Amino acid sequence: MVDATLHTRRAPINEPTTWSRLKTNRQWLGYWFMVPALGFLILFLAYPLGLGVWLSFTDTKIGRAGEFIGLENYDWLRDDSIFWTSVFNTLLYTIVASAIKFAAGLYLALLLNKSLPFKAMLRAAILIPFIVPTVLSAIAFWWIYDTQFSILSWTLKKIGLISTNIDFLGDPWNARWSTIFANIWRGVPFVAITLLAGLQTVSPSLYEAATLDGATPWQRFRYITYPLLTPIIAVVMTFSVLFTFTDFQLIWAMTRGGPVNATHLMATLSYQRAIMGGALGEGAAIATAMIPFLLFAIMISWFGLQRRKWQQGADND
Amino acid sequence: MTDLAVKQTKAAPSKAADDHSDGMSYLESIPRQLVTLYLPLSIFLIVLLFPFYWMALTAIKPNHQLLDMERVSPFWTWEPTFQHIYKLIFESQYPLWLWNTMYVAAGATALSIAASVLAAYAIVRLRFKGAQTIGGLIFLAYLVPPSILFIPLSTVIYNYGLFDSPLALILVYPTILIPFSTWLLMGYFKTIPYELEECALIDGASRWQILTKIVLPLAIPGLISAFIFCFTLCWNEFIYALTFLQSVQNKTVPVAIVNEFVDGDVYRWGSLMAGALVGSLPLVILYAFFVEHYVSAMTGAVKE
Repeated sequence: MVDATLHTRRAPINEPTTWSRLKTNRQWLGYWFMVPALGFLILFLAYPLGLGVWLSFTDTKIGRAGEFIGLENYDWLRDDSIFWTSVFNTLLYTIVASAIKFAAGLYLALLLNKSLPFKAMLRAAILIPFIVPTVLSAIAFWWIYDTQFSILSWTLKKIGLISTNIDFLGDPWNARWSTIFANIWRGVPFVAITLLAGLQTVSPSLYEAATLDGATPWQRFRYITYPLLTPIIAVVMTFSVLFTFTDFQLIWAMTRGGPVNATHLMATLSYQRAIMGGALGEGAAIATAMIPFLLFAIMISWFGLQRRKWQQGADND
Repeated sequence: MTDLAVKQTKAAPSKAADDHSDGMSYLESIPRQLVTLYLPLSIFLIVLLFPFYWMALTAIKPNHQLLDMERVSPFWTWEPTFQHIYKLIFESQYPLWLWNTMYVAAGATALSIAASVLAAYAIVRLRFKGAQTIGGLIFLAYLVPPSILFIPLSTVIYNYGLFDSPLALILVYPTILIPFSTWLLMGYFKTIPYELEECALIDGASRWQILTKIVLPLAIPGLISAFIFCFTLCWNEFIYALTFLQSVQNKTVPVAIVNEFVDGDVYRWGSLMAGALVGSLPLVILYAFFVEHYVSAMTGAVKE
């Protein structure tokens, strides 16, 4: 009995099988551990990304395989005024909303960083717009912006500022500003809470020292808070710009691109052309046209702000 | 060793912030604080929370008060009614949509977390050749937005025969969730002392045993954070669900509300808002229990 166990124990020690060698091989195990994640990402992310670029060079329609037509889709788009409106809207939407989100978010973060009663509860309440599904809050905004029964128009009328209802979503420019406001409303909590996390790592003794040296509140912000916060600002704003630029839900739930295509973003226009209109190739061309803009926006917010990190002597971590 | 030192220096300033949380605020008088702090803060709060108040109020207002803004103040109601919510639950397919959303979110979250745990562990601890590069590529995947993928993906889904099936969403959502949760979990795994694993290795534990018996129990806060965040993202997702699902009974809550509730009825607002309210409540409740995890997920991913 004892003999037998000794024997079986000795065997794997003396001559490890290929299997047990592989089991402890980090390379081999590492690749297997990556399989599920990479499988998903390659099948449903990398491959469609390439396929999207390819589709944009074809005249594929829903239910019909397309043929290669070169740059025809793009030529077509170049003379399409609706496409250029959507490009204009996307840029306006991204630039205005991101700038205001940043300013308001930073301000809110600075406010929350002061000593307050019920701080945790306040922070939790402020994040709620970010938790609630965008479409559902967009529907609430749709109701708030209603032509006839808008609570905003009602309040302004009662105060006596306006005499007739504002047509929030019916007039092109009103609709643009209304959707931009809804986007800012949803984005501010994210910016504020992430910046607040950054602010909390700044030691108060720095501010005390600066105050003793006679620094004004603005100088304290400009020369202490802002430089220490830039790495986080860079990341937060990169994400914010990215998600604003590619936004779809808010517009689709509130205006569907209307009135008369005035609020179409590139994402909503590509949905309308590709899925509702059936022109997959053309829709893919619009979506692909977003990629250079996106890269540009990411580069600006990333390198523009990230550079400061090594200027301060931090390592390239 | 260096890891430990880094952690200590990282912990130090935040601890200092906790100790002196009052900072220099005693220098500011109460009236001054009222204007510079509490006033702007309450404006922010009102603006941020008003849509939810309005949503909830509309959901319980009786129909005759909804559109009558002259005789009764629209900001309050003395006759709350559950007729909209009743109609929603018993006279529409809302429970089905809620179930679909939950099913898809739970499935996609479980798949993504399993895949992310393996990937994050491999990148951080197995350090195979090219681990850093793959880590970077996964982060880049996070920057690819669904808006430029849904058209080609719809053809892919169609070719796989998954069109109009919740399974399509369960398989596609991980592409949004995996990059995020892998990065989050990588951060958590890095904080677990390597010595623990070395001990286990010497005692003859396999990598799989180390992962399930040592690393995962220690990374539970990270797993909860990743779970909450993934679940919220799934619930929130719209464009894929809108594109891939066709039949009414397969839809998720966000898509169904936009497409099925919007009819010509002037009284639709009550049920629309009730639908939006009921659709957000599960997330808000989940969030209320795990605020800290949620915030750490959000800020942790950004800091990485």
